[in-house]
Amino acid sequence: MLSTWRAMNPMARREALEGYTALIPWVIGFLIFTTFPIIMSIYLSFTEWTIIEPPTWIGLANYERMFTRDPLFWQSLKVTLLFVAFSLPLKLVLGLMLALLLNIKVPGMNFFRTVFYLPAVISGVAVALMWMWLLQPDTGVANTLLAAIGIQGPNWFWDRDWALPSVALMSIWKVGGSAIIYLAGLQNIPPHLYEAAKIDGANRWHSFWGITLPLLTPTLFFQLLIELIDSFKVFTEAFVITQGGPLKATYFYLYYFYEEGFRNFNMGYASGLALVLVVIIILITVFLNFTSKRWVYYESD
Amino acid sequence: MNQTNPALAQPAHNKRKNNDGIDWQRVQRWVGTALVYVLMTTLALIFMIPLLWMLSTSLKTRPEIFAWPPEWVPAVPQWGNYADAFNSYPLGRFMANSMILVIGNTIGELVSVPLIAYAFARLRFPGKSILFVLMLSPMMIPGHIRLIPLYSAYLRLDMVGTYWPLILPSFFGNPFFIFLMVQYMRTIPRDLDEAARIDGAGTWTILYRIILPLCIPALTIIVVFTFLWTWNDFLQPLIYLSDFETYPISVGLAFFQGRYSVEWNMFMAATLISILPILVLYFFAQKQLIGGLSTLGLKG
Repeated sequence: MLSTWRAMNPMARREALEGYTALIPWVIGFLIFTTFPIIMSIYLSFTEWTIIEPPTWIGLANYERMFTRDPLFWQSLKVTLLFVAFSLPLKLVLGLMLALLLNIKVPGMNFFRTVFYLPAVISGVAVALMWMWLLQPDTGVANTLLAAIGIQGPNWFWDRDWALPSVALMSIWKVGGSAIIYLAGLQNIPPHLYEAAKIDGANRWHSFWGITLPLLTPTLFFQLLIELIDSFKVFTEAFVITQGGPLKATYFYLYYFYEEGFRNFNMGYASGLALVLVVIIILITVFLNFTSKRWVYYESD
Repeated sequence: MNQTNPALAQPAHNKRKNNDGIDWQRVQRWVGTALVYVLMTTLALIFMIPLLWMLSTSLKTRPEIFAWPPEWVPAVPQWGNYADAFNSYPLGRFMANSMILVIGNTIGELVSVPLIAYAFARLRFPGKSILFVLMLSPMMIPGHIRLIPLYSAYLRLDMVGTYWPLILPSFFGNPFFIFLMVQYMRTIPRDLDEAARIDGAGTWTILYRIILPLCIPALTIIVVFTFLWTWNDFLQPLIYLSDFETYPISVGLAFFQGRYSVEWNMFMAATLISILPILVLYFFAQKQLIGGLSTLGLKG
């Protein structure tokens, strides 16, 4: 780097200095809001710290507790993974179907795009409260309508077996968010491919499996990654509607982190939880990247 | 019209014109389009049911919200529920608090993002590509790892309970916005910079006099997103604020629930009020918003 610097003429040096100057706010922010918290988290995860007294070093004790004798840790992981299993396939498929519909070239489609995307911009708290009302066991409109056709509706958020599917249902209401991303992917597919396929006698069904889906795999891959990571960030629903219940049926990972860190003020242990979350997400990313070579289509292939 | 439809435009095997003069190709297309509209309208209505029911509830009397069979349109719309919601709870206060946070964050992003993006988009300096990757890296790390260390830092600085933890980070540039801005600045022709430079303009003059005025669309996206994200943020204000009077609308509303959960009509009115600014913003800026999302493939 120093040799590059020597080779530069005064004009170039001046420009470089101006570049670094413009970056000063970012550098400070990066050190304070990214580097420091990560290093500090790693350190804190080896300590016991309840805010009032300074942290005391306890080595691996937090991790030992987490992995060997903390049923809540495993419960929160189980809840989060079950949620992924419930909602992720539905969201990926329904999002794609919605995007295919929105991609049909008829006038006024922008209006529908606006309507379907709307749920994705409304605040999590308002959405949670709205669903709480819709899914009230006795007075909610969902169960009233079900009763009208002779079905006894479940207790939704207030039933141990139905609580998690109810949260999944809520998240599917926001499927327009995924659809918009798919739509961008769909619109990037060159139309001449479809024309060529048509000349070769392919029908729409063939075109979908032969052109649309393969060319959409990068978007699908991206969606899979983002949705997985987002599943680990479910918090508002658990906090506002269920408080993790009933019987810890919606005890999401991040909710557990919040309770440990900011209710019980076990900051050391909670740091460990956050770090494990980051490691899980990194592992998922690396694993998906590894498998992506098999099923994601890249332009250069 | 049917007659003028030239056979030339259609491949011969696609054209199925009957003896009676009806253009079946065209009929088929019309039916197809109609079916698409019916399907989309039905789906859109299903998606809107939750919001419409919320609106309906907010305009009902107490007996009406529990009435059987459920009525979609209340006999007399109870606009008074909205007034009651404002009177029995400091909704105005909460929304003003949210607005303070929105303004603070917007100023922060508008000060920091163009400057940082300009360096990455226009200026040449050693190590730029590595720094750019580093700049993007926080987007891949879940932000929650920051919560505890930053909380402890703010605690030491005596800032817990103030708005500083919720505003300060914006002054150092959000990576998503920086990326968006860099992409946008790259589309501006470099000739403009060069011409200005020949006229004797310095680097900063070029940024603030020439580049930035051309970046209004990108800046709009930043303002819209900052508004949405700040207004909807829940976990961070929940952690940092403890005084009821200082709550933004998201946290305030979550605590509303515990006190008035029986009065769903008033409660739904309050919830609707809380998302009204978002709805208004969304309908004015939906084009830029969705465009911005597709650029990077990020969701709200």
